[in-house]
Formats: sequence, C-alpha cells, structure tokens
Amino acid sequence: MRRRTRSRPPLAVAILAAVAVVFFAVPVLGLLQRAPWSELVDDLTDPVVRDALRLSLVCSFGATALAFVLGLPLAWVLARTDLPGRRFVRALVLLPMVLPPVVGGVALLLAFGRRGLVGQYLDAWFGVRLPFTTWGAILAEAFVAMPFFVIVVEAGIRSLDRRYEEAAATLGARGFTTFRRVVLPLIAPSLVAGAALTWARALGEFGATILFAGNLQGKTQTMPLAIFVELQTNLGGAIALSLVLLAVSVVVLVSLRDRLFPA
Amino acid sequence: MKRVLVVVAALTVVIAAVQPVAAQKPSGEITVFAASSLTESFDAIAKQFEKKYPDVTVKFDFDSSANLAAQIQQGAPADVFASADEANLQKAVDSGDVNVKPVVFAKNRLEIAIEKGNPTKVKGLADLARPGLVVVLCADAVPCGKYAAQAFATAGVSVSPASKEENAKATLNKVSLGEADASVVYVTDVKAAKGEVGGVKIPDRQNVIATYPIAVTKDSRSSAAARAWVQFIQSKTAQTTLRKFGFLPP
Repeated sequence: MRRRTRSRPPLAVAILAAVAVVFFAVPVLGLLQRAPWSELVDDLTDPVVRDALRLSLVCSFGATALAFVLGLPLAWVLARTDLPGRRFVRALVLLPMVLPPVVGGVALLLAFGRRGLVGQYLDAWFGVRLPFTTWGAILAEAFVAMPFFVIVVEAGIRSLDRRYEEAAATLGARGFTTFRRVVLPLIAPSLVAGAALTWARALGEFGATILFAGNLQGKTQTMPLAIFVELQTNLGGAIALSLVLLAVSVVVLVSLRDRLFPA
Repeated sequence: MKRVLVVVAALTVVIAAVQPVAAQKPSGEITVFAASSLTESFDAIAKQFEKKYPDVTVKFDFDSSANLAAQIQQGAPADVFASADEANLQKAVDSGDVNVKPVVFAKNRLEIAIEKGNPTKVKGLADLARPGLVVVLCADAVPCGKYAAQAFATAGVSVSPASKEENAKATLNKVSLGEADASVVYVTDVKAAKGEVGGVKIPDRQNVIATYPIAVTKDSRSSAAARAWVQFIQSKTAQTTLRKFGFLPP
C-alpha cells in the first residue's frame, strides 16, 4: 500500500478551486434564500405540484424497474460473454449518457411516435400509442437513465471473481441458480448504487420527456416539467418543487457517498 | 509649424462636427425577445433592418411570451420584448423592467392546424372535442393557450388535450410530426408551416384577436439600436413583411 501524500496547494490553484466551490454553492444558496418557507406547505399541496410529485415517483420508479428488468441481463452479457460487437453494444448503451436529452426525445419520437419507425406498427397492429402517455414518460426516463444502471452493474459483475461461479458450478448449480444464489448477492452493492443513480437521473429527466411524452398535468407532467411551466406563473410553486428535487439529490448523494467516492 | 497647427485645428473642428452624427447612428448588437409566433416574420425583418442599419446586429430569443417575461423579470439581457399578448408585456412593466409605453405593432388570429389533407375531417372547433382525436394545445400560461381557451369558451366546446406544449411552435410541431391530429395555433403559424400542415379557419364569431405589443427594456445596453428596432417594426417596410406572413395591422 502506498501512502498518498497530501500537499498544500499553490495560492493560484487554491483561489481557482475556491472560485469553483463558490460557483457550485451560489445557485444552491440562491434557491434556498428565495424559498417561500412559510408557504411551502401550501405550495406543495397545490394540485399541479401534487400531481407532479406523484407522477415523478411513478415514472422514476417505473424507469428504474425497467432498468432492472432489461439492464441487469444486458450488464451480465456485457461483463461475462464474448458477444461479437460487444464494444459497439457498450458504446450504444452509453450513448444516451452523452447525448443531449432533447436529441433523445426527438429520436424516441421518430422511433416510437405514431408515425415513427416502430411506433406506426405499434399503433396499427396493437393500437398502442406511447407519446402523450405516462408509459411514454417512463420510456423517455428509462432511455436516458438506464445506462447508469448498466455501467455500474457491469463493473460490479466484472470485478467479481469468476471462481465463485465456477465453484458453484462444480457443486452442481445450474447457470441461473448460480446467478441468483451467488452472483446477485455479491453484486448487491452495485445494484443498489446503479438503481439509485438511475432513479435520480430519471427523476430529473426533462428534455426527452417533454419532447416525447408531452406535458399534461397528472399524465406526463413530471416535476421538472412542472417547474419549467410553473416558473412562468407561479415562482413559489416552482421553487418549492425545486427544493424537493434538491433534497432528494442530497439524500441520494449522502447515502451513496461510500460507493461513489471510496475513501 | 503654424500650417500644421491650422490643419490640426481644422481637423478637430471637422471631427467635432461629424462626431455627434456618428454617435446618433445606432450600432452594436441587440437581443430581441419575441413570441415564437414571430419567428419567421422577425427573421425576415431583421434582414431588412440590418440593411438599413449595417452597424447593428440583431439576435433573437424566440419562446412563449410567458417564459420570456419570466426571464426578463429575472434579469435576462433583452433589449426589446415583443409579446403575443398585452398581459405578459404588462408583467415586465409592473416589475419595472420596461419603463416605456408599449406599442401595439400587429394583430393575429387563431386557426386550427391539422394534418395535411385533413384525414380526420376536422371542420371546426367543435370537432376537436371528438373522442379519440389527439389534440395538443399551448400551455395555459402561454398566450396561444389563453387565446385558445377563450375561443373554446366562446364556441361552448370543451376539449381534453393530450398535451399542453411550451409555446406555439412546439404545439404546431406535434401536428407536423404526425403525433397529434390537431392543434390550435395562430394563422401565421399555419401559414409559415404550409406544406407540412393543413389549416381549418375558425369563424370570426368564435375567433380571438391576439394583440402584439413591443417595447424597449429599461436595462437595454444599446437602447439607441433597440429604439431603432421598435421604430422599424412600425415602418411601412416591416409592416408589409408582417402582412405577408399573415399578421393583421395593429
């Protein structure tokens, strides 16, 4: 083990670093000092705000569930198989992380919209229309947030010693049993971290949601959308919603601090 | 030496005489915050304006007037605000961000935008209440949303929209993309999207007249150029262009 040395920063570095800290701190302070604390309860029980809160919970947990169901198998395939074109698949999975969400929204519309590549058949054959529905909002959030789950869980599976799985196999466990009884418990911390990051990202999703799912109170208007719309007429409500999202972000950060920043 | 001094003195006089004129000529860059329904017409007018004032560059921020008003109240650097209704410009006046009297420079009307060829056979506002028809409207706070609500109230029609979009252009886009069957936007929006969407006229007795006021903001950094823009919008050249895009005279 090499000991890390802690050094004193040069003055210029310290000043620039302090500027960076202030830059991150001031917006948070700005939000807090304008917060209508006395009317917070009223603001949060406003029907628009309440619907947005409820819908945000439904959609963000829906997106996280989808990430579990689809993202876990994908993470395992990426980590444990020699699938040809695996690097290409991983790049594809990562794409929504770097793609501007608005572009994601347009792409989803052109793919799953009523006239979209796949959407036209969903409509014609099954009568399924995703835009302007809560399912559409969940899909938009999953598209943007699932990569976080896949990346974190894939790293978790990769770091797992294969010998555990081999030992289980020599003891007669089948593939799925090994996965369920050996792999899953061992990667539980990665699952939790991946799910939390995915959930937090889904909760904050704006661009893809408003473009693909539209904006209707109680149906597709999640918290970020409500903040955007309320800002025009009801600054107090917008700030109240922002505070909720800020508090959630802080809780996620604090509870994941050991996973995200190992000491 | 004496001759040099005379020349210098003469030059000084000439420069001094020219200077005020040069200073009066507007220059610099102005940012115009304008309702999204003004996108095409203001882009065209900016070309005419910059021909007349080559030293001025015009930049635009097109969005819903409600959003622009909120941004101006939070100190966004707008030199001119052109709203699609009087209420949102009044907000900026009330908050002290505009301290001149706004001028009405154009009017507009509503129209139903439908898919090209009108496959759903929409004939009027009443058809938009038909179950199964996907209708998108502008958000309630946005001028085109407020005007549409007035028109529906006058017509005695109640619609449940699939979505309330953030501005007139976003609302229209949902129809041109084929996601929505119909929306209610401005006549000028339908005209600007000719070829992508079709239009169904709304009769006068149900229609609403949208009023477009414009004003220079209090904190404009190039107020001479900003005032020139407001003047120019009222000129014959700009008014002819606005008519061409389907706006009504003020």
